[in-house]
Amino acid sequence: MEEQKQEDDVPALEKKKDAAENLEKLGEEFYHQMDAGEFPWIKMPSRSTENICYNPTLRQYVLGERTVKRSARNVRHVRPFTQLVWTAFFAHQLSTQRKTSTLRDVYYSAQAYEMSFKDQAESDNVITDLETVVRLSREDFNIFPEERSAIFGDLTIEYTVPGYEGRRMNLTSHPDGLMIGPALTYSEFVKTSADKVIAIEKGGLFTRFIEDNVHQKYNALLVLTAGQAPRATRHFIRRLNKELELPVFIFTDGDPWGMHIAMVIISGSANAAHLRGLTTPDATWSGVWATDIVDYDLPTDPLTEVDMKRLHELQRDPRYTDKLWQREIKTFMKIRRKAEQEAFSRYGLTYIVDEYLPAKLEATK
Amino acid sequence: MVSQAFEEISPADFFYRNRDIAGFTNPSRAIFAAMRELVENSLDAAELGGFPPDIYVRLTYGGEGGPESKVYKLRVQDNGSGITSRHIPSAFGQVLFGSKYKLKQARGTFGLGGTMAVLYGQITTHKPAYVVSSTGSTKVYTYRIMIDIQRNRPIILERRVLINKDRWHGTIVEFSLEGDYFRAMPKILEYLKQTALVNPYANITFVDPKGRLYRFTRVTTKMPVPPKETLPHPYGVDVETVNRLTQFTQHRNMLDFLKAHFHRVSERVAHSFLEFAGIAKTKNPKKLDPNEVVTLVRMMKRYEGFRSPSASCLSPLGQDLLLAGILKELKPEFVSVCQRKPSTYAGHPFIIEAAIAYGGEIPKRGDFLLYRFANRIPLLYDEASDVSYNVVKSMNWRRYRVSQDMPIAILVHVCSTKIPYKTVGKEFIADRPEVKKEVLNGIREASRKLQRFLSKRAHVEREKRRLSVFSQYLPKIARFSTELAGKEKEPDIRQLLESVNKLGRTETRR
Repeated sequence: MEEQKQEDDVPALEKKKDAAENLEKLGEEFYHQMDAGEFPWIKMPSRSTENICYNPTLRQYVLGERTVKRSARNVRHVRPFTQLVWTAFFAHQLSTQRKTSTLRDVYYSAQAYEMSFKDQAESDNVITDLETVVRLSREDFNIFPEERSAIFGDLTIEYTVPGYEGRRMNLTSHPDGLMIGPALTYSEFVKTSADKVIAIEKGGLFTRFIEDNVHQKYNALLVLTAGQAPRATRHFIRRLNKELELPVFIFTDGDPWGMHIAMVIISGSANAAHLRGLTTPDATWSGVWATDIVDYDLPTDPLTEVDMKRLHELQRDPRYTDKLWQREIKTFMKIRRKAEQEAFSRYGLTYIVDEYLPAKLEATK
Repeated sequence: MVSQAFEEISPADFFYRNRDIAGFTNPSRAIFAAMRELVENSLDAAELGGFPPDIYVRLTYGGEGGPESKVYKLRVQDNGSGITSRHIPSAFGQVLFGSKYKLKQARGTFGLGGTMAVLYGQITTHKPAYVVSSTGSTKVYTYRIMIDIQRNRPIILERRVLINKDRWHGTIVEFSLEGDYFRAMPKILEYLKQTALVNPYANITFVDPKGRLYRFTRVTTKMPVPPKETLPHPYGVDVETVNRLTQFTQHRNMLDFLKAHFHRVSERVAHSFLEFAGIAKTKNPKKLDPNEVVTLVRMMKRYEGFRSPSASCLSPLGQDLLLAGILKELKPEFVSVCQRKPSTYAGHPFIIEAAIAYGGEIPKRGDFLLYRFANRIPLLYDEASDVSYNVVKSMNWRRYRVSQDMPIAILVHVCSTKIPYKTVGKEFIADRPEVKKEVLNGIREASRKLQRFLSKRAHVEREKRRLSVFSQYLPKIARFSTELAGKEKEPDIRQLLESVNKLGRTETRR
């Protein structure tokens, strides 16, 4: 495929047009190959672990130089090749008919075309192949994961999805927050009074923050990542940061896993090394730090074997070279304890909102 | 002092008291043993006359018997060479009277055969046996006999001579015995099936007490070359044999004695052996003293210059007949057979025939089916003690692309003038190193052919699968690409499909 021309932050609608065009081009390429009496083939960047490397300038993982050739001439490739062509065809249909689908849905839809996948893992993998080939993320061709996260706060958006074009909505209109689904992903930002974004790992705390008016008190948009943030959410956070120029503060549990949830929002994952536009390099991890556990004397649990193993992995991870991260990893290893966000409740229900949050927002500004 | 009473017992009396030895252990074994002794006699009789055997076996219900048995009437009829009139009473009324005490391959195991069956019938039902026989002359003889067990003599109750208008030849034996047919049934049917397998030139008909008919039809009239009678080989003789030979020999010197009475001993070999043994060539064999006989036998075993026994006294089935028998009774998808060259153990010649059959009607049992034969008799008991079983278990089957869960039958046929049975029951063959090696080589040779068959088939199947993958997916690639590109007409992929097919063919050639 030709040189990567895709910009990081093309508006969603543009990207969708790109997606349809890229998919059509792919079809044409195969068509001409077969018309010329050739077995259809394609060259794409290799997604094997040896070809994934960290790019310090982009501050995210990227794919290296290695490419692989997939050809329908090879009996072992012909089935995944056909699946790739079908997925492209299906994604194109979604794009042109302005419909969305989930990963699970793709898996089942294939059966209507006698194209059955062994399991969903196989179909997910082929979708990732297609992302690599057309250099767009699956959300760009209307395929979404099942995972759901939410947003709450004073932000007015304008829908672009069919039937809702031009309709506006303020994200405080529902006290449970609004799901970051396809419609929200493709919406345009109209206006906001917020001056920051606070991303929260857990649903319980997200609800508490809304109840305690954190969005007003601290003038913030609240985003629930619901564990590891889905790609659509990571993309959305990036847009809030880039388009509205809002600083992003991330609050997670005080353990290696929470730390990594923040890191994936900031620097992306190795699994998405073929994609751009999912990272928010300027976002900050505001807590719960290992040093917070010590400073606030939080109730803790001991770190397990698995936790310790994970810490050792993270210590060597190129995304974690920064001083703050290394300090926190070392502190975790030293105290061998972890704490959840809810641990602050030992000081009363409002302590986290009234004391901890403002202190940390200030500290990590 | 306590006085001990001594008495002498006759051979018939001995076997009456020790009927376990001959296989008449319990009512179900007994009915099986009686039938097989008579069937095997019949097969031998037909082969002796050069007639493809026609054997008819009928078992009819004859009333209640003991607690675990019933009375049955067994009739076995053959088209064999028949028995001369004067020998009929002894052949069925005298234990250890027979025509098989010769050095050649024969089915019978003890020479008890028919008589033992009749003896068992008599002691369980006390009824006479009825025998009809003719050698194809103008007369047919019928006898009604019983056995005087204490004196080992037949008692003739009735003798009749009939005109043989059709020049019929053969023998019919009918007598009553106690037994348990319904417990013996599976073994009997298995025995008949395996007998039919290893005698594919025989017609065997069986009517059971319920009137059910089992018929095993011949697929050929070709019979194996009959065995020739042979002299004892020097390695295989003992002191008693040599003593007997010295008593009836006509020869007056050791050189002629050795040449005349031993197998494959030439003038030259006799010379050098006598020199080796330090026995004068001119010595009169009749004047050998007991110590000299012992020395002679010992030296015979030690001397390395004797030629190995010839296999003319053996009558293996041959690859064609073995193949025909397996195809007929097991109906496999593939079979390979192998006949080894003659070999010897302890002066006894033997030939191993082995076969391996795959697929078709052979069941999958999670283990190989093993069919064992000795001198064309199926061996049905004590499989796990047999040399063939041990050989099969010791082999590395993965080398032959074979695993236990495949439908596979392995067949081993041992032919010898003296089958190395391990016990008096004569149901399994001992682990003689020479025999074991030949069994192993035979199974290996047959298995290699199976391996080639399986590899070839796997290759063809792989190729078929490969083609089907292409023909399943290429049209779809064409269809979806066309739609994706927004074209009207799908690209022509027939050539692409043909090209993979052609490639498939070249790969097969390679």
